[in-house]
Amino acid sequence: MRFIASEDISNAVKNLIINSSVNLPEDTYKSLKVALENEISESGKAVLKAILLNAGVAKSDNKPLCQDTGLAVFFVELGSGVSVSGKTLTEAINEGTRRGYEEGYLRKSTCDPFTRKNIGDNTPAIIHYEFTEGDRIKIMYAAKGGGSENMSRINMMRPADGKEGIIDFAVETMRLAGPNPCPPNIIGIGIGGNFERSAILAKKSLFRKLGEKNPDPELEEMENLLMKKINRIGTGPMGFGGICTSLEVHILKEPCHIASLPVAVNVECHSHRHGEITL
Amino acid sequence: MKKLTPPLTDEIIAGLRAGDQVLISGKIYTARDQAHYRLIKLIEEAKPLPFDINGQIIYYVGPTPAKPGEVIGSAGPTTSYRMDKYAPALIALGLKGMIGKGKRSQEVKDALKKYKAVYFGAIGGAGALISKSIRSSRIIAYEDLLSEAVRELVVKDFPAYVVNDMYGGDLYEKGRLDFENKI
Repeated sequence: MRFIASEDISNAVKNLIINSSVNLPEDTYKSLKVALENEISESGKAVLKAILLNAGVAKSDNKPLCQDTGLAVFFVELGSGVSVSGKTLTEAINEGTRRGYEEGYLRKSTCDPFTRKNIGDNTPAIIHYEFTEGDRIKIMYAAKGGGSENMSRINMMRPADGKEGIIDFAVETMRLAGPNPCPPNIIGIGIGGNFERSAILAKKSLFRKLGEKNPDPELEEMENLLMKKINRIGTGPMGFGGICTSLEVHILKEPCHIASLPVAVNVECHSHRHGEITL
Repeated sequence: MKKLTPPLTDEIIAGLRAGDQVLISGKIYTARDQAHYRLIKLIEEAKPLPFDINGQIIYYVGPTPAKPGEVIGSAGPTTSYRMDKYAPALIALGLKGMIGKGKRSQEVKDALKKYKAVYFGAIGGAGALISKSIRSSRIIAYEDLLSEAVRELVVKDFPAYVVNDMYGGDLYEKGRLDFENKI
């Protein structure tokens, strides 16, 4: 059994958070450049140019890309041959979150749902665990903003609604969202599982690198069709009108109950801040 | 590109149309969810607001903390609809402009017409770039709300678009219809 000190995990998570909040990931930058090449709307082009310029300013001024530095969302793959010494893995990640948001001068956005009082350190992080072979811990992080998250929807559909129904629901979600979630967006769709599992799948699908194909040809086809339909809505960059409303659509699917067809659509903003580390 | 400096008058508002690009300079005030909740409570209790709202602009923003030596952290707009419940009462008191992102309710659009005011859209997710147009920042109320505190900002050529004007014009509606089914 290999051991990793919880302190080392906290420090690695801290650095991952700070870096991801300031430096726009390569895949996001490339995707926005492609959007700028494709966009035909003048105001859409102007918005995309400003977004790309913002990435340069954030880097050179060492400033967060967006003031909404998000809730800290993690997908963790824990190998069977590795264990954490000191605190628990959850505590280690939360401690890294605390340090990252404090030392990186990032906005703390967690609050009590009723009193709305800020918790003050952006914890608790939202952590999803998966167990894998090997003796490594892979930690994937995303800074998930509230504006795009608020436009996300879940629907317990009827099995008879089928693929067509799922497509209509996703397009309707983006039509209702309009300019609110900072388009152009990345749209993560989770199909199957049950109520909560579909939402986790939708979130997880956002962690697939932009530009990487879906390994399932049927889902890839569905993603391409959805991309086209969403870009025909006309919302465009920041909602000022245009043909780039979606940067990409990502779908994950799992078996579900014979009575159910759970579908979750998780909307992500253009400032798609994510990163990963393996310890 | 139109240059604006608050306080904004009815005449200035009358000259603004959805789709216009503007550069705002001078003093503006920040407020988002919790600050609005408190401002409305003050109005209900007939108490004075922490700043004179007449002719002013409120920017919906909750910036990241400023590092030592910085005026302000990253400071882009937040989604405006969450303030829709509170905005008409402030517009009725003389608020002339709001800066945010995203759609407004019919009640807010009606208030823009009735009291002659505008809604500006700034580019969401461009908080580092936008912060360059902010020259000073001072908390004037609700410091306990941290990033949600009310700040008086001095801005220079703050870039925004007129989204909703006093004539019912709507940049989001027009922009979308212009590009619907274009591909």
